[in-house]
Amino acid sequence: MRGFKSLEFILGATLVGGIGLAILLSGLLFPDGGESINLGARLMRPFVDARHLLGTDPLGRDVLARVVVGGKISLKVGAFSVAGAVVVGVAMGLVSGYYRGIWDVIVMRFADVQLALPFILMAITFIAIFGGGLTNTIILLIVSQWVQYARLVRGSVLALREREFILAAKAIGVPDVSILFGHLLPNLIGPVIVLMTLNVANNILLESSLTFLGLGVDPTIPSWGGMLADGRTYLQNAWWVSVFPGLAILLTVLGLNLLGDWLRDSLDPTGRTAR
Amino acid sequence: MAGFLIKRFALALFVMAAVTLLVSFAIRLTGDPALMLAQGAGSVTEEDLVRIREGLGLNQSFLAQYLGFVRGLATFDFGRSFLGGTPVSVLIAAALPATLGLAFASMAVSIAVSIPLGILAAVHRGRWPDQAIRILSLVGLSFPNFWLATMLVLVFAIAVNWLPPSGMEGWQSFVMPAATMGIILTATNVRLVRTAMLDILRSQFIMVARAKGLAENVVLYKHALRNCAIPLVTYFGLQFGGLLGGIVVVERVFNWPGMGTLAFDAIAARDYPVLQAVICVLSLLIVLVNLAVDIAYGLIDPRIRTE
Repeated sequence: MRGFKSLEFILGATLVGGIGLAILLSGLLFPDGGESINLGARLMRPFVDARHLLGTDPLGRDVLARVVVGGKISLKVGAFSVAGAVVVGVAMGLVSGYYRGIWDVIVMRFADVQLALPFILMAITFIAIFGGGLTNTIILLIVSQWVQYARLVRGSVLALREREFILAAKAIGVPDVSILFGHLLPNLIGPVIVLMTLNVANNILLESSLTFLGLGVDPTIPSWGGMLADGRTYLQNAWWVSVFPGLAILLTVLGLNLLGDWLRDSLDPTGRTAR
Repeated sequence: MAGFLIKRFALALFVMAAVTLLVSFAIRLTGDPALMLAQGAGSVTEEDLVRIREGLGLNQSFLAQYLGFVRGLATFDFGRSFLGGTPVSVLIAAALPATLGLAFASMAVSIAVSIPLGILAAVHRGRWPDQAIRILSLVGLSFPNFWLATMLVLVFAIAVNWLPPSGMEGWQSFVMPAATMGIILTATNVRLVRTAMLDILRSQFIMVARAKGLAENVVLYKHALRNCAIPLVTYFGLQFGGLLGGIVVVERVFNWPGMGTLAFDAIAARDYPVLQAVICVLSLLIVLVNLAVDIAYGLIDPRIRTE
């Protein structure tokens, strides 16, 4: 098992590290941002010309460049949506688990309502009101994902709040704020980190499906979901336009899932983390 | 037991009330359908707009419209579509079976694949079949469903012309959409089956069954599998919501005439009654399935009731 575990880590870290590095360096690698149109080189097949390794799209734009540049959207969505959801969810979970009472009831009933509604239905309603775009997609993901953190943290707090070290801290008059953030938080952060890793993966998937459906980020800027939506029109005669952006999503999400799995088993051997 | 039932019913009712209220309130904020309808007609006056709004019932207060909608929900009368005036219930009645049919087909595919694979992984715990299945399951979890659907079309409808690329005609058109969602569900289910089996295989009655000299397949598929049926049915039931959410997206790829297609067309046309009905009917279904699973589990396993 040990060997397999480290294989899981090496594979995950290589995928995430490699793709992440390529995206971060995309400005240097592809100074045109994958936008230069060359109608003379339309729909070139992949692996034929070294200048267009993954072929070109119907406007003669380089598919490799657009896949790498398009990753920036996924990177932004993954990072900001999870950061936002963690901040809101952990704060809500700490407060509702520690103080209980009416606040706890409100937060948990709200969570029940949200969990009854599939993400995509919520997304349709949200985007119909506020419109799409990068910022709104991130806000939508935060609104729909914080509940998971609130539930996870609340559960841990309920278990921890009666433990001696918390009771002792209370007894000697440690202020609530430092009990919450100084004593409770460090003891429940492990599962939260695991959930974050898996959540980045999941949010990248959700953003790409929204963009694919025309509800997510602006279709004119390169993004994996947007490229797949474009590519569908040319599926009959240009498979590569649809294959490579999807492969980029698959490999990124797989890398993150491998890392998340590895982290879960290393940080949380009893398997308490909700999937 | 009565207390447990009342609690679960109350929670389900509360969730439904909150969802319908949220959805009808939110949808009112999305823009003026009278303007959208009038745009096609060329020049319009303010009086025309007032008349259209009256005709659609949009001049009533929000509360009156909401109560009207809830009354309609109880009697399956969702009003008429803003486009063409077809009763919404007719549209839903046509789309819902298409979506549910796909949901059951996907679930069937997934159960048929994940049970033998999950058992295989549990039996060979830690050895190569277990690890191969674990890697495969992680890959399955990482697939964007709409891209998997597109790749299936590329292979089975374009490269070899075995299956129709879209639409819903005959059993052949079920194969690719059901396979797409089936593969993605299987990625989760195979792990659930593995975990449930590992728990059961440790119990003493399995040791007894083996000691009696029963064939390994009888031990696994008859004695062990039956005993993890309860947790598995619960897990599968609770996946219903996520499954419907996935199908809504995949329908887009296959032009499947279901609830997802209905919703996306409605959103583009600001067709409130249709959008509202689609979201409420799907949420109601999910709440009911979850309630049924909860109650069934509570009936079978008394420990859950005191939780």
